[in-house]
Amino acid sequence: MSLGPHLFLALLEGTVTALVLALTALGLSLVFGVMRIVNIAHGEFFMLGAVLAWWFGSVIGGSPLVGFLIALIAGPLIVGGVAITADYLILRRVDYDPESTIVGTIGLLYIIQQIVLTFYGGDAKSVEAPIYFRVSFPWFGYSGYKLIVAGVSALLLIATWIAISRTQMGLYMRATQQDEEMAEAYGVPVRKVYALVFGFGAALAAVAGVLVVPIQQAHYLMGLDPLLLSFIVVIIGGLGNLRGTLVAAFVIGISDGLISVFFSPTLAKILATLLVAFVLVVRPGGLFGDEEG
Amino acid sequence: MNRQLTKKVLIVHFGIIVVLLMAQFVLSPYHHTNVARIMVFASFALGYNILLGYTGLLSLGHAMFFAAGIYGAGLTVFYFGFGPLEALVAGIISSFALAIIFGLIVIRTSGVSFLIVTLMFAEAAHLSTLYFNEITLGSEGIVISQVLSPLVIGSMEFAFSDPDVKYNAALFLFSTTFIICLALVYSPIGRILVAIRENEARTRMLGYNTYKYKLVSLVISATLSGAAGAMYALLFSYIGSTFASIEYSIFPLLWTLVGGMGTLVGPLLGTGLMFYLVDISSGLTESHLIVVGVVLVGLVLWFPKGVMGTIREKWLAWLP
Repeated sequence: MSLGPHLFLALLEGTVTALVLALTALGLSLVFGVMRIVNIAHGEFFMLGAVLAWWFGSVIGGSPLVGFLIALIAGPLIVGGVAITADYLILRRVDYDPESTIVGTIGLLYIIQQIVLTFYGGDAKSVEAPIYFRVSFPWFGYSGYKLIVAGVSALLLIATWIAISRTQMGLYMRATQQDEEMAEAYGVPVRKVYALVFGFGAALAAVAGVLVVPIQQAHYLMGLDPLLLSFIVVIIGGLGNLRGTLVAAFVIGISDGLISVFFSPTLAKILATLLVAFVLVVRPGGLFGDEEG
Repeated sequence: MNRQLTKKVLIVHFGIIVVLLMAQFVLSPYHHTNVARIMVFASFALGYNILLGYTGLLSLGHAMFFAAGIYGAGLTVFYFGFGPLEALVAGIISSFALAIIFGLIVIRTSGVSFLIVTLMFAEAAHLSTLYFNEITLGSEGIVISQVLSPLVIGSMEFAFSDPDVKYNAALFLFSTTFIICLALVYSPIGRILVAIRENEARTRMLGYNTYKYKLVSLVISATLSGAAGAMYALLFSYIGSTFASIEYSIFPLLWTLVGGMGTLVGPLLGTGLMFYLVDISSGLTESHLIVVGVVLVGLVLWFPKGVMGTIREKWLAWLP
C-alpha cells in the first residue's frame, strides 16, 4: 500500500478509537465536573463492562448477537449499580473529600480487579463479534463491526448530550456543577444527583467496554489504558465540557491512529502524555481552570 | 507547632535504628531477608512521605523515580561494569536529574492536576522502559548478580549475595534516609514545607516562594526514592519495567498512609505491616492484592491518620 491508503486506514482506526474514547472520557469528565472528584477506578468500570460482555456471551450461547445485545443493556446497568453502591458505601461516607476519594477509588480499583481475577481468571478471553461483515475499500477490507461500534458510540454521545441539555436530571446536574449549595437551596437533591452521576459515568465506561471487547479481548488488567487516555482527554478538553471532550477525544484518537499505523502504539501513548505536559506548561493550572483539587 | 528537636525524639529515632541493627542477630533467615527488603521499601516510603506528608502534595508517579534509581544503578552495572558505589551514585543522579526536569514542569500544577500529571508521566516512563526494550529488556528484565563486583572497603570485600551484607546495606540506606528526613523536618525548610501543606496561599503571602520550596521538596523526595531504587537493584539484583508500573506508585502511598502520613516512624511501620499482610495473603489466594484495596478503603473510612498518626494524636504529641 502507498501513503494514501495508509493514511486513510489510520484516520479510520483513529475515528473508531476516538468515539469509544469519547464515551469513556465523558463518563470521567461528568463525574469530575459535577462531583469534583477524581475516579481512579473509572478504567475498572470499563473492564467490568468488557468482562460482563464475555460472561453474557458464554452464558446465553446461541447467536452471539443475542448475548451481545443483552450485554449492551444489562452490562452498563450492572456496572452502574456497582458504582452507585460504591458511592453509597465509600464516597458518601468521606463526604467527597478530594484526597480521600482518590485513595478510596484506588482501593476500589484493586477490589474490583482482584475480584474479577478470582472469578474470571487471569487469561485474556475473546468475544466473537455479534455481526460479521467486511466493508471493502479499493485498497483493503475493513471490519464492518468497527464501523458499527463507531456508529453506536456516536448515537450514545448524542443521547447523552440530549439528556444533559434537555431533561430535568440534566438540569439538576448542570445546576450542581455550577453551584452545589445554591442548587441544594433550590431543592435539587444533590446527594441523589451525585449517586446517579457516578453510576451514569460508570455505565458510559461499561458501554465502551462492551463495545470494544470483540475487537480487543477482555482481560482483568485492561482498565489502565482507558483510564489514562480518559485523563488525557479530560485535561485537554476541559472538565464536564462535552464539546471539549469530543474534540480532545478526536485529537487524541486520530493522532493515536496515525502514530500507531506509522510508528508504534507505545510511542503514540508516550507522545500523548507529553502533549498533556505541553498543555499544562501553557496553562499552568491545567485546563481544569482555577479549580483546586 | 514550634517543636524543638528534643532528647526524647532523638532517643526514639536512634532507638529504632539500634533495634534494627540488633534484630539481624535474632531473626530467622526468612525474616532476615524480608526485613532487609522492608528497610529498602521503607526508605522509598520515607522519601514519598516528604512530599505527601510534609508538603501536602499527592503524587501517583513515584514509581518513575524508584525506577530511575533502579535503572540508573542496574544498567550502569550491566553495560559499563560499574562497581556498587559508582552504581549507587549513578542511580541517585538519574533520579535527581529526572526530578528536576519533571519538577520544573509539574510543580506549576496543584491538587488534582498534579496527581493526574504525575500519574501520566510515570506511565510515559513505564512505557519508555518497554519501548526501549533493546536496552532495558522490558518486562523480562535483567539480572545483574553475575556482573556486580563486590564492595571493597580497604582490604575487605563485601559481596551483595551475602545476606548479612544485604541486611546491613539496607540498614545503612534506611538509617541515612531516616536521619536526612529527621533533619529536614526540623530544619527551616521543613517548617516552610509544613506551612505550605497547611496553607499555601498564606505561606506565599508571608513572602516565601512556594514554587521553589515545592520543587525542593519534590527533588528531595524523588532523590530519596531513587536512592532506595538504586539500592534495591544492587541488593536484589533484578531490574525490570515492573518497578516503573503504577503499582510501584501506589505502594509508597499505601505504606505511608497505613503508617501515618506526616510521621517519620509511620512509613517504616506501614511498609512492614503491609509487606507481611500481602505476604501472608499471597499464600492463601492468587488474588492477594485485594488486601491492598480493602486496606486502602478501610483507611479512608475508619483510620485516616494511619497507625502513627493516631498514636501521635492520642498519646505522643511530641513525635515529629
